[in-house]
Amino acid sequence: MLKCAGKTLLAAAVLAVASPAVAQDTIKMGGLATLEGAFAAPGQDGIRGIRMALEEFNHTAGGKKIELITGSSDASPASAIRATRKLVEQDGVQIMIGPLSGSEGLAVKDYAKTKPNVTFINGTSAAQDTTLRKPAPNFFRFSTEGAQWMAGLGEYAYKVKKYRKVAVLAEDYSFPYTQVFGFLEPFCRLGGKASVNARFWVPIGNKDYSSVIAALPDDVDAIYVALGGADAINFLSQYQQAGGELPLIGGSITVDQTVLGSKGKIRKTVIGTPSAGPISDTWDDPRWKAFVAQYKKMFAGKGGFPSPSLFAHGYYINTKAALLALNQVKGDLSDGGKKLRAALSSLKFESPTGMVSLDPRRNAIADMFLTEVVEGPDGNLVNKTIGVTKQVSQTFGVKYEEFLKYGPVSRTNPPCK
Amino acid sequence: MRKPMQRRTILILGIVLFAAALLWLVFAVWPDWLIDAIGRKKTFVNTLLNGITLGGLYFLVASGFTLVFGLMRNVNLAHGSMYLLGGYIGYEVAEATGSWFFGLAVAFLAIAVSGILLQVAIFRRMEGDELRQTLVTIGISIIAADLMLATWTGTTYQFDTPDGLYGAIVLPVISVVKSSGAPVFIKYPMYRLTVLGVAVVVGIGLWLFLNRTRIGMMIRAGVNDREMLAASGVNVHFVFALVFAIGAGLAGFAGVVGGTALSIAPGEDIRYLLASLVVVIVGGLGSVSGAAIGALLIGLAEQFGLAYFPTYGVVLTFLIMVGVLAIRPQGIMGTR
Amino acid sequence: MFGIERNSSRYPLGINPAVLLAAVFLIAYPLFASDFFTFQIGAYSLILGTIALSLTMLAGYGGMVSLAQMTVAGFAAYLMAILGTNSVGVMGLGWPWWLTVVIAILGAALLSTFIGAIAARTEGIYTIMITLAIAVAFFYFVRQNYQIFNGFTGFAGIKPPTLFGLYWRDPTPFYYLALAIAAFFFLAVRYGARSTFGLGLQAVRDNPRRVRALGINVFLHRIVAYFYAGIIAGTAGVLLVWFNGRVSPGIVGVDMVIDILVIAVVGGMRAPIGPFLGAIAFVLLENFAIDLIDRERFNTVIGLAFLLVVLFSPDGLLGLWRRIESKIRLPRASARLGVRANRGDWHPAGSSERM
Repeated sequence: MLKCAGKTLLAAAVLAVASPAVAQDTIKMGGLATLEGAFAAPGQDGIRGIRMALEEFNHTAGGKKIELITGSSDASPASAIRATRKLVEQDGVQIMIGPLSGSEGLAVKDYAKTKPNVTFINGTSAAQDTTLRKPAPNFFRFSTEGAQWMAGLGEYAYKVKKYRKVAVLAEDYSFPYTQVFGFLEPFCRLGGKASVNARFWVPIGNKDYSSVIAALPDDVDAIYVALGGADAINFLSQYQQAGGELPLIGGSITVDQTVLGSKGKIRKTVIGTPSAGPISDTWDDPRWKAFVAQYKKMFAGKGGFPSPSLFAHGYYINTKAALLALNQVKGDLSDGGKKLRAALSSLKFESPTGMVSLDPRRNAIADMFLTEVVEGPDGNLVNKTIGVTKQVSQTFGVKYEEFLKYGPVSRTNPPCK
Repeated sequence: MRKPMQRRTILILGIVLFAAALLWLVFAVWPDWLIDAIGRKKTFVNTLLNGITLGGLYFLVASGFTLVFGLMRNVNLAHGSMYLLGGYIGYEVAEATGSWFFGLAVAFLAIAVSGILLQVAIFRRMEGDELRQTLVTIGISIIAADLMLATWTGTTYQFDTPDGLYGAIVLPVISVVKSSGAPVFIKYPMYRLTVLGVAVVVGIGLWLFLNRTRIGMMIRAGVNDREMLAASGVNVHFVFALVFAIGAGLAGFAGVVGGTALSIAPGEDIRYLLASLVVVIVGGLGSVSGAAIGALLIGLAEQFGLAYFPTYGVVLTFLIMVGVLAIRPQGIMGTR
Repeated sequence: MFGIERNSSRYPLGINPAVLLAAVFLIAYPLFASDFFTFQIGAYSLILGTIALSLTMLAGYGGMVSLAQMTVAGFAAYLMAILGTNSVGVMGLGWPWWLTVVIAILGAALLSTFIGAIAARTEGIYTIMITLAIAVAFFYFVRQNYQIFNGFTGFAGIKPPTLFGLYWRDPTPFYYLALAIAAFFFLAVRYGARSTFGLGLQAVRDNPRRVRALGINVFLHRIVAYFYAGIIAGTAGVLLVWFNGRVSPGIVGVDMVIDILVIAVVGGMRAPIGPFLGAIAFVLLENFAIDLIDRERFNTVIGLAFLLVVLFSPDGLLGLWRRIESKIRLPRASARLGVRANRGDWHPAGSSERM
């Protein structure tokens, strides 16, 4: 590939002239996920989600064959845009599924506005503003976002756990802001307190929490922790090692299976920690069980996780929505996808986690799960489902105009004085 | 003659005063006005200890880096990769055998061997061409990072701390006196103190090795004048390979020690490479004692930054580096 | 470049037909290439090539391998978002575009000079360490600073102006803009190398001690070189932010910093055309590797290419090309010119040990 500059130039020239042939009986679908870098494992699970949906529809929708072309980013918005542009402009996909992370989602939404004839459907990116403010008319999100994921947790902490005053520890970027907002909004409305001075924002990727732990206040009832992956494991094990005794409340990815299944000594700290999110591993509903069984059948021993992650779930739901809508319009995209997008907007379907439909800004209304970490029968730590919050909308049931007055998520929103 | 003496007296006086103030801050019960000014004592003492213990870890990583540079003028930018690889290998071995200490030993040896391989297979071919050697190490670190990601995925690994070292111990330092009059003592993780102990032992060991053994003397001679050492009949290649083995082995060793204190995950290679770079730039390339001072400074800067002004923590580290470079381009303990 | 110059008189009008062909190809490119190839392959290669050119200039002519050139370009990109307009609602002082561009480029040049002033106090291998440390520190800083750099999120909605009835982000105008800037700096570096300053810089590279003995200010030569390199990288940074429409910490991350080094080294550091060859190869690989091999191991491929070049062809693709060329031409040329040195082996003095 790198042998000879002349050849490379020649290749460029040849490739530039050749335009992709579009066959009439296939529909090209692009799948964008983080297949490189530190988020490669979640990205691969996202692609597994797409493949599950395609398999379910036998790779056919609306009488046409669906051809999947994958693209990869490294979780940075610039790389997500480059990969999307390649899929749309070079490979000629008419439907895009992706991306995976929040800031990528915002970037792809902006790009979508410049390609009105292509239909963009989210992967798992969960930033609020992807659909809440300045949405793109051709961007759809059948998965939900970070604030929705917290549904029910604030009430639970206040009413059942009787916490009145909490400290907050979270990574310093938009996704945790969204989660903190989603948790504190109901908690503070009920009368809970979370002083701005008791909110600790640590740089993403921080590994040494010992000084932060030392700075946590003692006079609170619990600590709300919104950290993900490696950061969560580091905090939890260092908190236990430092002899921390306050109960915790977890964000959606703070006590998920990747954290609970890790080798760190976190058992004592995390048992009893409530959390909320778009899926619950242990939900005993037949729809969810069938989904898990299908996932295991397809991917067990082939690199799959023990149970589908929220990434596989999100990509699956979004892909399934695309395929259902394609069936409705009989695969007709000749009008630049107008009919398809109309079908998507009014789509309502049964997913492994309950009914999914869209609000006027094309963001999902779906069921959320309230969970609590318990010791499973075999000694493993698992999240037990303790409640389902039905049909959570992006605005928590508040009117859109009212909700906008809450302001964008930030370190200090809600102020909660 | 009088002036330098006076200056020295003032310097010593300053250090003594500073040490006394620090001791008072650590052991006294803080009055209210001080708490109002800089926060709780618990935060301060913990941050101080965290900075010192983190400095210990940084020293373990950076001492190997500086040793290799001192002798061979070889900036091994794959040093961070060696740290990470050592962590992973140590983890696998510790999991398989159930012994943390065995994992530690294997990590040291495996990375030491990889260091020798690098030295023999690659660096020996381009001796004297420092820049090319450095570029090679960048290439290796790109590939190593990607292959480690392929092997161990993006998951975070954390060691089981050996039983005797787990948990917190109560220090004889009073945090606050409760209204009932009962003193509250500060608790601190046992393992982190162990890290500091290990760093001190390794530091003393290195010093004895370099100053009290024949091979150490050869190494020091090589640092000062490579050509003369070769001319006096010493097998320079053997000395080079040995130093590379020790330097790399220390990185692997630190991978297990650091992976137990914190964790190992992709990206840690860059973090520890950066720490090593800054530590040796500040301390002086090639100087083991400089690495100790630099590691302590950077460890403290990072922890105080994180606890007191998280957004600007990096800036503090950076300012230390720029400040040292402006005043002493060769680093605090550097010669040249 | 030395090889090409020495032989230029052999061609009619003093222009090598290969150069002429390349120029015609580059100018005509948007006529036959799709928008995607014009914009994402063509223009992006030119931008990355220009950033790498600033490194080639420092390293090839000044012997200073600065890993902070991407940081300098990224700083210009950030200044565009901070001083100009963005859609995020943080900073965005709304300065007119021409003033923003000028200040962004100057700001980048000043940062580059500052980095140079820190790094140029030491010699050789220290440069690479110090600039790497600065680059990584800058990345961590912008990722954590929300007041000015808007942290992890960065800025979006940064647009080039509409001028002369053209929106400068449309593929074809943007391509020509990038081409004009790349060509300008390419020629500036190429001919600047023969100016008094350029020759002085090469002398500093080859033997700083002797130059100092001649009464030339080595330090000044070095930081002026950093200033010029900052102008090149800063201008490319402005193009980069217009290209992406956004800027976030990823752009100054370690990966990007190393990518620029890879581009410069793989292309060849001995001539200003090298970084552009490297950039084309890199961008093609970045876009199409996923169709050929598993994208997951993209970095292994990049790293291997880099390692092989460093180990076996220190002057990169350029050197490889010249070696092949001279093998083909050798019989013919030597018949005409008599004994002629193998051009691939002819290096400017001193550079062979510095790449």
